[in-house]
Amino acid sequence: MIALTTAYKHMRRSPYQAMAAILTMFLTLLLVGLFFLASTASYFVLKYFEGKPQITVYFQDKTGEDVIHTLENDLTATGKTVSIKYITKDDALALYRQQNKSDPLLLEMVTADILPASLEVSATEPNFLSDLEEVIKKSEGVEEVVYQRDVVETLISWTNAIRWVGGSLAGLLAVDSILIVMTIIGMKIALRKQEVEVLNLVGASPWHIRMPFLLEGGLYGLFGAGIAGLIIAVLTLWLYPFLLTFLGVIPAIGTVIGAPTSIAFLLAAFAYFGGLALTGFLLGSIGSMVAVGRYLKF
Amino acid sequence: MISFAHVTKLYGETHALSDVSVTIQDGEFVFLIGPSGAGKTTFLKLLTREMTPTSGDIHLDDWKINDLPHASIHLLRRRVGVVFQDFKLLTDRTVYENVALALEILGKEEHEIARDVNKVLDIVGLSKKKFLFPQQLSAGEMQRTSIARTIVGGPKVLLADEPTGNLDPETSWEILDILQEINDIGTTIVMATHNASIVNELKKRTITLEHGGIVSDEARGRYHIHKKARRITKS
Repeated sequence: MIALTTAYKHMRRSPYQAMAAILTMFLTLLLVGLFFLASTASYFVLKYFEGKPQITVYFQDKTGEDVIHTLENDLTATGKTVSIKYITKDDALALYRQQNKSDPLLLEMVTADILPASLEVSATEPNFLSDLEEVIKKSEGVEEVVYQRDVVETLISWTNAIRWVGGSLAGLLAVDSILIVMTIIGMKIALRKQEVEVLNLVGASPWHIRMPFLLEGGLYGLFGAGIAGLIIAVLTLWLYPFLLTFLGVIPAIGTVIGAPTSIAFLLAAFAYFGGLALTGFLLGSIGSMVAVGRYLKF
Repeated sequence: MISFAHVTKLYGETHALSDVSVTIQDGEFVFLIGPSGAGKTTFLKLLTREMTPTSGDIHLDDWKINDLPHASIHLLRRRVGVVFQDFKLLTDRTVYENVALALEILGKEEHEIARDVNKVLDIVGLSKKKFLFPQQLSAGEMQRTSIARTIVGGPKVLLADEPTGNLDPETSWEILDILQEINDIGTTIVMATHNASIVNELKKRTITLEHGGIVSDEARGRYHIHKKARRITKS
């Protein structure tokens, strides 16, 4: 407690240095926080699309069920599929009606006869899609084949870009924050040389002398995380309708952000902001630990 | 009891202390005298483990100071307080806060700190100035604050390195008064000084150092400071 009070006093006595450290921490943690959200969201979006049927095989009207089942069995025999779902003409009509229930005109015009039967195929790994494609090509009665691969590949490249660019920037800023906190704490130790000397002479333990400086770095991180968390919370509230429209359809995201008063949402928010605070505290503490190790040798 | 056994301290080729052996009993008041560079400050720094001897052993009771683990040095410094010529007060803290510092590090409760700090400020005569900052004090008052900070934790030994070096004669005697009071309650005092008049008047045990060696160790008998003696010295 004494160490915490002393650390707070040190901060108050040199407000400009404290402000510089907190601002740097804030920028780092803002980027880390946003990067984490973007990265997590892109992961779930990717998972969602990967979990969707990767190949949809539409059959000609004249194709018999025996041909469709033969293809289904051939695909299953490869051992490279997670699931194969047979959508009959009637199933297709039911789906069509479900999707267009608000438009009676469209419902009137369509009957089961004009909708094709299809197989929705999901591979165990995206790499197997080309193997499955070969099997499908050999089958008779296929009208059209639609691949999710293109969508998934675009998503993968975006996700990788987010991870690389965001991760590199966050990493660089984290190193920058550690260096700035280290420099500021180093300066403070130099400024308080006499106090350190006196504390040493009156019998203060090395940890009693070090602890306020260590905590000071951690506090910079916590304050920075607090401001970054606040900005992210405001941004999220502002963008909420947009996020709900575009990401709400992804089940893993929709269940959390769709119900802001649910336990799942509160737990996720608590874990996120807690993690941000912990990251800030750790970054600041690392900076001050380096400074203390370098400038406070007893 | 403090004991030095064949202690030598070398700074490169220079002998700061050379084969010094001496024993100081509990409750003694000892002057360390000698010209600049004689080894007085080195003697005191070895006692606080600010440095270690090149050879020889230093004991404080059953503690072998030169072999003390690094992690225990702060415990030694709680038993051996030091007063300096330049006071070493923290300028951004009041007299009370400077003195309280020595108790805060021991983790004492606020009410205990208040009780003990007020008590020692009474002893050194600074009760009415406890909320002033060092820059608002005279040199003598600063030295009294420094002494209060040193004794508030109840050290067994008080080392004073030229405590009157920056003070006028009258203030010097006031400081000596206080040191004598502290000695009277059983604290061992080792005081390095150049002030011949104080040494001659007080008739305490006097260890004379020259070129790092002890050239004399005279026990002059117990002597209490009298206001008359002080007036004589002043005049």
